[in-house]
Amino acid sequence: MARVVVEVMPKPEILDPQGKAVAEVLGRLGIDDVTGVRQGKRFELHLAGEATEENLTQIRRAAEEVLANSMLEDVVSVHVAGLD
Amino acid sequence: MARIGVVTFPGSLDDGQTARAVALAGGQPVRIWHADTELDGVEAVVLPGGFSYGDYLRPGALAAVAPIIEALRPAAAGGMPVLGVGNGFQILCETGLLPGALVANPGSTFRCLDARLRVESTTTAWTGGYTAGQRITLPVRNEHGQYMADENTVNHLQQTGRVVLRYEGGTGTTIGPACNIAGIADERGKVVGMMPHPEHAVEPAFGPSTDGLDVFTSVLTSLLETV
Repeated sequence: MARVVVEVMPKPEILDPQGKAVAEVLGRLGIDDVTGVRQGKRFELHLAGEATEENLTQIRRAAEEVLANSMLEDVVSVHVAGLD
Repeated sequence: MARIGVVTFPGSLDDGQTARAVALAGGQPVRIWHADTELDGVEAVVLPGGFSYGDYLRPGALAAVAPIIEALRPAAAGGMPVLGVGNGFQILCETGLLPGALVANPGSTFRCLDARLRVESTTTAWTGGYTAGQRITLPVRNEHGQYMADENTVNHLQQTGRVVLRYEGGTGTTIGPACNIAGIADERGKVVGMMPHPEHAVEPAFGPSTDGLDVFTSVLTSLLETV
């Protein structure tokens, strides 16, 4: 039963209001070494069986088309958990 | 009487009011469920505002792959008028029927105000009843209401008359080249998306104006013209 991890991040040039708000709060808590925060998403997809090149290809496509909006976000990683 | 479909997704809020606005304009509202696979013979479709699927993943992202959208795609390609309001606009962008995306407002604030708007294009199926440059007031309420597209797309929309509504008097958001865009159309002017809510400005004493009614009378007129 493989688990596939998909990570999505806002594109660098896109303003990330959530990350910015988190950064401000960290500063208020005295964690002032942090100069910026970008907040993304991590999806864990549970497979019925093993990860194959075939279902990984499907998942990569779904990641680009559904899990991320390619206008705003980049799929930064699609990998099988435990192999990373 | 023209049959105008109003789609309800789980989490839609303005479907009832949209159906009411259609009826007030003289159309026959037809309620359509998101899991339906047919458009039930309607002549135009409205995707109403709200929080379809709880805004999970991204606003409009899950609705964009709902069964009814698969029925809507060929209809829209065939020239059926489609209007997305608020969350409906977000859905149209997620489906790719309209370019760009709606992103979080500056500071992630929920904006709730009566927006002063200028009607930029009267050649769409949904704005033919206005006069070009007409000033109208419609309510706006959203958290992801800032229209964004790459510079080429924004320029192209502006140059080809596909910006339908613009905020005026500081009622728009303040960041980016598309900051005053409140509504856009596809290249044929049939598919229109707007963040302001015309369906909440159709009756005296309910909403800031009755300026929204013309959106619904416009589409009824456009349907008569195309028959």
